[in-house]
Amino acid sequence: MLEFKMPSLGAEMTSGTLTEWKIKPGDRVKRGDIVAVVDTDKAAIEMEIWMDGVVEKLLVEPGKKVEVGTTLALLQGEGAQAAAVSPPAARETGERLRISPLARKRAQELGVNPATLRGTGPEGTITESDVERAAGEAKPDAGEAPSIRRAIAAAMSRSKREIPHYYLAFTIPMAGTLDWLERENARRPITSRLLLAALLVKAVAKACQEHPEFNGFWKNDRFEPSSSVHAGMAISLRKQGLIAPAILNAEKQSLDQLMESLKDLTARARAGSLRSSEMMEGTITITNLGDLGVDQVFGVIYPPQVALVGFGRVSVEKNLVATLSGDHRATDGARGALFLAKIGKLLASPEVLL
Amino acid sequence: MKKEEIKASILKILKTIAPEVPSDSIRADAPFRDQLEIDSMDFLNFAVRIHKEFGIEIPESDYRLLNTLEHCVSYVEQKCAPEPR
Repeated sequence: MLEFKMPSLGAEMTSGTLTEWKIKPGDRVKRGDIVAVVDTDKAAIEMEIWMDGVVEKLLVEPGKKVEVGTTLALLQGEGAQAAAVSPPAARETGERLRISPLARKRAQELGVNPATLRGTGPEGTITESDVERAAGEAKPDAGEAPSIRRAIAAAMSRSKREIPHYYLAFTIPMAGTLDWLERENARRPITSRLLLAALLVKAVAKACQEHPEFNGFWKNDRFEPSSSVHAGMAISLRKQGLIAPAILNAEKQSLDQLMESLKDLTARARAGSLRSSEMMEGTITITNLGDLGVDQVFGVIYPPQVALVGFGRVSVEKNLVATLSGDHRATDGARGALFLAKIGKLLASPEVLL
Repeated sequence: MKKEEIKASILKILKTIAPEVPSDSIRADAPFRDQLEIDSMDFLNFAVRIHKEFGIEIPESDYRLLNTLEHCVSYVEQKCAPEPR
């Protein structure tokens, strides 16, 4: 019998609320299938299963909050017969509710059923205001920080406690790259134009292949490199904090694919519809605060990762400062300098990023 | 299309981009970036939705003309105006 357990969907996660099962006993599942929705402090996450098998029993009822590591369901391994498991009454199916994590939490607090609400957020997402409007009450002054703030606090505090950070900055001349991007976008319809952000991700992903010591995890007193680059993207949820889901296998994606991945990931992060693999498998984080006008970013590494690459704004002289926050347990400044130089070299020759 | 109709449609699009900002708090003459905390992805989504809503082509070189609500309304009005004979 295989046990499907509540995973840790982020460094700070200690528990999660199972909000919905998408499987029932008797169902055959394969690795990567979305089997449940879990509400964490940061977001509602579509949870993928990492084993093949047949669902034997669901052990946790929707609505229940459980610790990380709790067995959620039992499965029979490959080869078991679906018919051997007696199926229960058919579960209700329906369109996935789009609701922000804060709104979901607020709905629980106020006793509002989100399914009865009409969302006014992006793509009909139910927002905190929608819930409060429905409850007919104004938001009281919060005595305690919102859960997402506390989750960020936990992860970043752990990072600063455990990881000896070092910081490097590297100025990249971008005039040629920006000209290239302008020419490229001039021949594209608006719906398939590229943002500089896609080039940044591609450059980091390619540089990671040459410098694998920045792509992976520090676990059990040693560095474990990752064979794929899962680029965690720091995405602002506006007034609701920050989340860093990953673009999986970024090194294998073309610029156009990365652009689509960025659009999709940003939209789903803000709509509260991320997948567990995107939350669990990030191997390096990229944060781009150039749009908000900062010159340089010195970020805090997301444990157990060992590096974070930051980008500031493009200056009037068309320079861009790339920064590295490195984990000194895994790498040294000299390697970091080479890594940043590689990112700079790639960004200076955008045709090689295609 | 009347100016007020264009403005109402643009405000509706902005609501989808930054739902937390009340439409009546958006100043017509101030840059969106200063008021709405929007990044380049939000801005691209905004431009794409204007393109789809009004059926107009927006070259990247024109993005700077969409930086405030009043500039945006003028831009769309001009683009939607019938061609002179």
